[in-house]
Amino acid sequence: MTEIRNTIRQFILDEFIYDDQGDEILTDDISLLDEGILDSLGILSIIGFLEERFGIQVADPEVIPANLGSVQAMVAYVGRKLERDA
Amino acid sequence: MTLVHQFLENSAQKHPDKTALVFREQRLSYAEFEAQANALGHGLVELGVRRGDRVIIWRNNSVETCVAIFAALKAGAAFVVVNPTVKQEKFLFLVKNCRPSAIITDDRHLGPVLDLLPEAPAVSIGKQFLGHPLVSSYTSLISNQPTSPPPVRCIDRDLAALIYTSGSTGFPKGVMSAHYNVTAAAASITQYLQNTPEDIIINALPLAFDYGLYQLLMAFLIGGTLVLETSFAFPVQILKLMQKERVTGLPGVPSLFSMLLQLDPSLLYLPNLRYVTNTGAALPAGHIVRLRELFPQARIYSMYGQTECKRTLYLPPEELDRRPDSVGIPIPNEEVFVVDKEGNQVPPGQVGELVVRGANVMLGYWDDPQETARTFLPGPLPGERLLRSHDLFWRDEEGFLYFVGRQDDIIKSRGQKVSPKEVEAALYQIPGVAQAAVIGVRHPLWGQAIQAHIVVERGAELLDGKTIIRGCKGVLEDFMAPQEVVFHHQLPKTQSGKINYIALRRLFEPSQGSP
Repeated sequence: MTEIRNTIRQFILDEFIYDDQGDEILTDDISLLDEGILDSLGILSIIGFLEERFGIQVADPEVIPANLGSVQAMVAYVGRKLERDA
Repeated sequence: MTLVHQFLENSAQKHPDKTALVFREQRLSYAEFEAQANALGHGLVELGVRRGDRVIIWRNNSVETCVAIFAALKAGAAFVVVNPTVKQEKFLFLVKNCRPSAIITDDRHLGPVLDLLPEAPAVSIGKQFLGHPLVSSYTSLISNQPTSPPPVRCIDRDLAALIYTSGSTGFPKGVMSAHYNVTAAAASITQYLQNTPEDIIINALPLAFDYGLYQLLMAFLIGGTLVLETSFAFPVQILKLMQKERVTGLPGVPSLFSMLLQLDPSLLYLPNLRYVTNTGAALPAGHIVRLRELFPQARIYSMYGQTECKRTLYLPPEELDRRPDSVGIPIPNEEVFVVDKEGNQVPPGQVGELVVRGANVMLGYWDDPQETARTFLPGPLPGERLLRSHDLFWRDEEGFLYFVGRQDDIIKSRGQKVSPKEVEAALYQIPGVAQAAVIGVRHPLWGQAIQAHIVVERGAELLDGKTIIRGCKGVLEDFMAPQEVVFHHQLPKTQSGKINYIALRRLFEPSQGSP
């Protein structure tokens, strides 16, 4: 889980947060959409990244805040997907 | 109605219990919204906001953002909504340019605000920094305030909003909309959309973008309901929300419709949908066909405009089949002309610049007399001014208008104007960039995509496109960052040694320039 978390965090920090204080801003539970860190294109690129990096398939109905709205949500979602495949 | 905040006051008087705004689990009736806006209006007056001042609102779509817009107006000030993805450097430019008397923001942005401007009073919607002497809390500011409007008199010539848009000089320009400009535009648009108090409009477009902002203003003008979201990033969730709230109006841009059309059609059951609007770039013909199949009861409007007059043209939905390539006719109570370089009207079929005459035309650009001067032409009546669109059009015998291209080098991408100079300035800040030129290339959904042409300094050969794009995103809003980077040993030059943009465009977009 820690590895999943670090991978996702690093991707968001690299691609979407350019502040020097990025590390402080990106808490695990911050709402990425509401805080204006990601927009709809950002979510699409996150989905592409998760699919490629973790070898999972993100179905349309799974594209919801409960799965992708925050770092915490993504970590849990990817964890569940990987467990199901294992 | 003459003042923009009267949209709210009037609807609150007519139907106080009707739902004005839905945002997530929050639902506010008109009476509740009006009371909160009045309370914050009083709070802003207490903070020192006066008639004619500007109030910056730097926060994503939220209840507080909507309330703050009306509260600023009620305090006699103009509101300035700043996109949440704006970076520090640009924010500092905006503040220096519009000199706000208050900044309403949240925890995410308050840190930078306080770092940059220790003298500006701030209103915090968040929880941090509340001990700071210049920070007042939104919650305490609205508590114990009268729920009647602040006793501030203003007239419809007063400024209602500054909406920043990209300028050809590379610096953002603040479009000055007086109350009468906004009321004229909102009245005209709601007329052709045939809006009624029964309308329930979804808005996931940023309120910092005029297309998003007017959804709020128009919903309140007609006494309808606005269902607010922060983005269309979670389409399935938004579609469920639209079903639940029985949404009747869907404003969008081509990339949104393209995303919706990729979903399983069973998710797209929206029996209450009465109209769909599109602007920013033309909808591909195939998308129009599919949207009609999916929403047979909905009217589809394609529209064209610029922030400077809010909206310019719309195509009546019944004309869509006859003239799929036209962007339509002037909106109600507005007229347009196609003119040559001398400002004379050209006959049908001939290409010229589109100029606009109407009460929806802005007052000019804030604190920018030069840009203002080059944007207006004298009108037919003494003292009257026509707005230059800087866009080339032709009109047919029946008066329908057809877009040909832009006259200046401004790029229009995803419905927003992007100044190549502003992007180039960001590129030159990246270590290793020796020369940079930015052009727009045609994109099927965005209108244009942003392409950067780069020559790197000796020794910086390892600089790659990804690093360059990332560097741009560090200072620019996301929609302004290039999507593509092309590396050159040298850029084409004109005889006088300047970068030859015409040659670049011809090389990278061979079809451009042939109407």
